[in-house]
Amino acid sequence: MVDNNILSDAVSAQFGSNIISIEESYGMLDFIVEKDMIVALLKWLKEHETFEFNFLTTLCGVHFPEKKNHELSVVYHLYSMTNNIRIRIHVFLPITKPEIQTVTHLYPTANWMERETFEFFGIKFIGHPNLKIILNVEDMDYHPLLKQYALVDNTRTDKDDKYFGR
Amino acid sequence: MGIKPTVVPNGPEMYTGDGFGLMQMDKVVGLARANSLWPLPFATSCCGIEFMATMAASYDIGRFGAERLSFSPRQADLLMVMGTIAKKMGPILKQVYTQMAEPKWVIAVGACASSGGIFDTYSVLQGIDKVIPVDVYVPGCPPTPEAILDGILKIQELVKNKPLRRRNSPEYAQLMEKYEIE
Amino acid sequence: MINISEDKQNSFNQNEHKVANEDDIKIYNYLNLGPTHPSTHGIFQNVLKLDGEVILEAEQTIGYIHRAFEKLAENRPFYQVTPITDRLNYCSAPINNIGWQMTVEKLIGLKVSKRIDYMRVIIMELARINDHIICNSVIGVDTGALTGFLYLFQFREKIYEIFEQICGARLTTNIGRIGGFERDFSPTVISKIEELLQEFPKALKEFEKLLTRNRIFMDRTIGVGPISAERALEYGFTGPNLRATGVDYDVRVMHPYSSYEDFDFTIPIGTHGDTYDRYCVRQEEMWQSLKIIEQALKNMPEGDYHTEVPEFYLPPKEDVYTTIEGLIWHFKVIYGEIEIPKGQVYHAVEGGNGELGFYLISDGGRQPYRLHFRRPCFIYYQAYPEMIKGSLLSDAIITMSSMNVIAGELDA
Repeated sequence: MVDNNILSDAVSAQFGSNIISIEESYGMLDFIVEKDMIVALLKWLKEHETFEFNFLTTLCGVHFPEKKNHELSVVYHLYSMTNNIRIRIHVFLPITKPEIQTVTHLYPTANWMERETFEFFGIKFIGHPNLKIILNVEDMDYHPLLKQYALVDNTRTDKDDKYFGR
Repeated sequence: MGIKPTVVPNGPEMYTGDGFGLMQMDKVVGLARANSLWPLPFATSCCGIEFMATMAASYDIGRFGAERLSFSPRQADLLMVMGTIAKKMGPILKQVYTQMAEPKWVIAVGACASSGGIFDTYSVLQGIDKVIPVDVYVPGCPPTPEAILDGILKIQELVKNKPLRRRNSPEYAQLMEKYEIE
Repeated sequence: MINISEDKQNSFNQNEHKVANEDDIKIYNYLNLGPTHPSTHGIFQNVLKLDGEVILEAEQTIGYIHRAFEKLAENRPFYQVTPITDRLNYCSAPINNIGWQMTVEKLIGLKVSKRIDYMRVIIMELARINDHIICNSVIGVDTGALTGFLYLFQFREKIYEIFEQICGARLTTNIGRIGGFERDFSPTVISKIEELLQEFPKALKEFEKLLTRNRIFMDRTIGVGPISAERALEYGFTGPNLRATGVDYDVRVMHPYSSYEDFDFTIPIGTHGDTYDRYCVRQEEMWQSLKIIEQALKNMPEGDYHTEVPEFYLPPKEDVYTTIEGLIWHFKVIYGEIEIPKGQVYHAVEGGNGELGFYLISDGGRQPYRLHFRRPCFIYYQAYPEMIKGSLLSDAIITMSSMNVIAGELDA
């Protein structure tokens, strides 16, 4: 019976110093790891004979403008069907060099998820087969979900601020 | 033999006598066109599902003459834009409108097609009248099938009462120039 | 007015697409199954490389209805995010609403009463029936059988009437509140649900008689668009599409929420993962949903229809106008001066298409800091080129409609 304690002990034993922290929130283990060993960690979790994390639930990005040198974050949610356990892994990247290895060769489902994260936050996934904009128009020149950009872009002509109390 | 006016229920004025009837040509053509509109359902999102409910047996759109849906713009009369139009979809909508042959009418169904709806974001076109001219707007999110039928009835009024050939008028030329459609 | 220049018009330039290169253009046909097409239910584009009528490759373009939900959710208080979640999978909007409300309840650590759980289960199963009615009747329409569509849509009207009695809206329902509902089920609702339970099985059986053992339908759907279980898991499939391949993963059973563990139902699975299996799995799921609704209605416990959640629940208007506590409470909720814990939470529900997940990061303010939707359609649509490789053009259309790709969920 695999539970959160066994899992966190095994991961710390295997990867030791490269894990920055392990927490538990709302019943789910939360790992914060360094970006260089994300592929090794996911591969080990996927191919481990007991844990078998063979399902990547989702992959997304987050922007924290206040955390200097750790502004961008990529979050992976993994799920093990045989053990019925979910975990979450965070990786932090500086905004001056937002690059990280792709995991498409391990989980083909990450293909479009990484494209979406690239489009929204500007995080480049090295080794991705087709890293292009997927949801917006092709000549979109900024990454919209970063916190410095407003919801409405400046081509809006009909919203007169004086009627909206701004 | 005498000419006497006859009342056609919900129809134009008509004068009849022995073996003949006298009616304005415009009105006859308007009546025929209004009761046989072929819609092009340009359904993009949730309003499209309400359109499917309008097409189904409870709120039958076929009883107003719009039984035959045409997905080819060349054969359609009425462009029903239902759902949000994003900026990526704008050029495609304009191309479909340009490909339709005259006479053509446009009905914007739903809040998103009329004015952008609840999505005042960077990627949504705030109303399709930014790219094509619109005749009737049906508000609602989504509008109930009764509201969509009301919009179609208003289009039928427009069809019956407007002049036959508008493509030669100067207002039409100005309108097309405003939208940069040739 | 926006200026649309010549090169931005969606003109198909073969040389720009990945599938086309110089030699291929001489031999193969390229067909643009464009965004506006009668058989693509939703707007997404596929450029198919054809050898005669056999499909070799497909290149997909999506995003024609990108409405920026995730950015929009960062600008709205928690209770105003519910109408946005409606528009994700709009065929079964109540499931999305209730999933979001459960996510926020998990964040603030709220437990709701059994009665609310059972009411939610009834509403979610009705929404699931709604979604599967559309999918299965549209598979029928795409193979040429229009009658089933007309028969079953009558029952969508009946389910719409039930939703209208509960919350006032038919399709995009914005149903419920964080912590329960705004009003209890009235006797009309209960009688309409009982009427549905009497009449719908007969219509569903009639629909099955038309299609399920119909020789033409079986020939058109067996073996079409198959995918194996291993490939499906690698692509992140969930929901009826995954269950048709043989993997019995259902979020209602593996991570039970809203008292699903009290109900007795089975999970149908298929064997080959082709279109016929997907159709049959959805058909059987409708029967199981009817069973769940019957059990919930029979065993519905007594209790309150909303929980005391001061952060989000507005007090009754009599208290607001007469007592000072009610006034202050109302003021605090509207202005957002309430205590929301900081943290991150992931909650998943079984939507009509699979596992619909909500990943919420809260920084203590009245709006989410980051909200990410795990949308099943977006994830499994990536596998479409692989599923149609080597099949004919009309098979590609049927595969797409059997996967139940809803454009709102695809692009969000």
